[in-house]
Amino acid sequence: MNLHAIRAIYAFEMARTLRTITQSIVSPVISTALYFVVFGSAIGSRIEQIEGVSYGSFIVPGLIMLAVLTQSISNASFGIYFPKFTGTIYELLSAPISHVEIVLSYVGAAATKSVLIGLIILGTAAFFVPIRIEHPVWMLLLLVLTAVTFSLFGFIIGIWADGFEKLQLIPMLVVMPLTFLGGTFYSLSMLPPLWQKVSMLNPAVYLINGFRWSFFGTSEMHIGISVAVTLAFFVVALWVATWIMKTGWRIKA
Amino acid sequence: MPAFTGKGTSVTRRGRWGCGNVKPRTLETPDRMPAIISVANVSKTYATGFSALDRIDLDIEQGEIFALLGPNGAGKTTLIGLICGIVRLDAGSVTVAGLDIGTDYRAVRALIGLVPQELTTDAFETVRATVSFSRGLFGKPPDPAHIEKTLRALSLWDKKDNKLMTLSGGMKRRVMIAKALSHEPRVLFLDEPTAGVDVTLRKGMWAMVRELRESGVTIVLTTHYIEEAEDMADRVGVIDKGRIILVEDKVTLMKKFGKKQLTLQLEAPLDELPASLAAHALVRSPDGSELAYAYDPRNSQGAVARLLDDLGRAGVRLKDLQTTQSSLEDIFVGLVGRVGEKA
Repeated sequence: MNLHAIRAIYAFEMARTLRTITQSIVSPVISTALYFVVFGSAIGSRIEQIEGVSYGSFIVPGLIMLAVLTQSISNASFGIYFPKFTGTIYELLSAPISHVEIVLSYVGAAATKSVLIGLIILGTAAFFVPIRIEHPVWMLLLLVLTAVTFSLFGFIIGIWADGFEKLQLIPMLVVMPLTFLGGTFYSLSMLPPLWQKVSMLNPAVYLINGFRWSFFGTSEMHIGISVAVTLAFFVVALWVATWIMKTGWRIKA
Repeated sequence: MPAFTGKGTSVTRRGRWGCGNVKPRTLETPDRMPAIISVANVSKTYATGFSALDRIDLDIEQGEIFALLGPNGAGKTTLIGLICGIVRLDAGSVTVAGLDIGTDYRAVRALIGLVPQELTTDAFETVRATVSFSRGLFGKPPDPAHIEKTLRALSLWDKKDNKLMTLSGGMKRRVMIAKALSHEPRVLFLDEPTAGVDVTLRKGMWAMVRELRESGVTIVLTTHYIEEAEDMADRVGVIDKGRIILVEDKVTLMKKFGKKQLTLQLEAPLDELPASLAAHALVRSPDGSELAYAYDPRNSQGAVARLLDDLGRAGVRLKDLQTTQSSLEDIFVGLVGRVGEKA
């Protein structure tokens, strides 16, 4: 294994995060704080408790997931798309590094950044609402698994995209709506029965419910189902990302 | 250690670019070295259906400077990309130092440095960071001393903390060379490295290339400046329409294909050539003030003397005369043109 190469790419990507700290970290933190002000304080104060939790606290896991999902995709897709755009990908393709190592480096860096953002948002939330975490180990595991899975998904988008518009297409038109409709701001039990059934087709529902369970110990589905769905998505994304690097799809002539 | 001044430096036998256990090529040993790169029956057709390479066979010898010449779209960059792992191989095989580029890709790529044709850099990175990144990417542990040596040799040390977007085109080109040398490769590919670089800088670069060669690094270069290939290369390969049409020792090539031309300036213009000179295939200039005589110096012993005698007998008086030798460029244009006519 080319550990020096993995370290070089990882460090390069993390350095990029630090260079663009306003866009990378400050911006999602401010957005999330605004969600708390609007939904948690202004509107939330008029909503009664959900599953025994105040509305402000109830939305914390969903908001963290929203940020982690979008940031994972954004970081990983930009990380691999930028060398394609500038042409510096020639160096990556001509280096003694395996496909798996390339995926590992880019996805590792993107996931690290997303996890950091998730934890920062958690810390920010603690300023607005009371936080309790019933299963902290599960919380961290689910946070990392989600960050890695969606970083893989972002990596695939970055390879697929042939313009900056496409980089934003799936995160804006698919991921963001699914996360909003996945129970970030409400409990599925608040929906009419038909929409409750439709919502079960939304993978974000499983992620958010599992993550919420790690905070409050209650969930609308068994934690095993949430973990299984996330793991299944992880395996598919890993396979696709590795296949892309192996075949050189969209990056090798 | 002398710095890269852009003015050219003398070729030192020892060199400053140690590259492991490769025996340095010396100027006194014209014997052919074993092949470090072997390309056998390689073909490449792009998804568009364009056949970039068609059953290419080529051996690059260890420690030589090999110039790959060809018109635009001939397949030079594809061939280099294929050896370096950037382009997928359709058919055939390529080995570097006896290792297959597919099955032994790690070992092969660690031996190779590539300076691509396009100026592709991370605009927001500093010079030192991007060169250090390249070293790590190629599996080498951090070595600030080597990075400093490389940057100093390329006169980039004082720019080490500058972002790449603040550098001139020539400096960026040098950064790309530094990146390619950061992991101490045994084979260096230079794809049009002096395109857009001013003359002074270009001379300095070639001095550095010579020095690399002296330290045992094999250099494969493509260039549009054929006089550079003429000046630099040990061997020349000509590629056109995806086929290698010639590989030859440069000196042999110049001897084999080189022609001489004698230009005679006349005291008085000639309206037409005297009949007694018809056997010499002279070409009269439009104004009749000059006569040109092309000849092969290997097969025309005494021809010039006979021509001068006949001119004297015909009463043609000369004002001046000069001879010119055909350049590598003339040979290249002739070769490519000949293939083009056959196609």
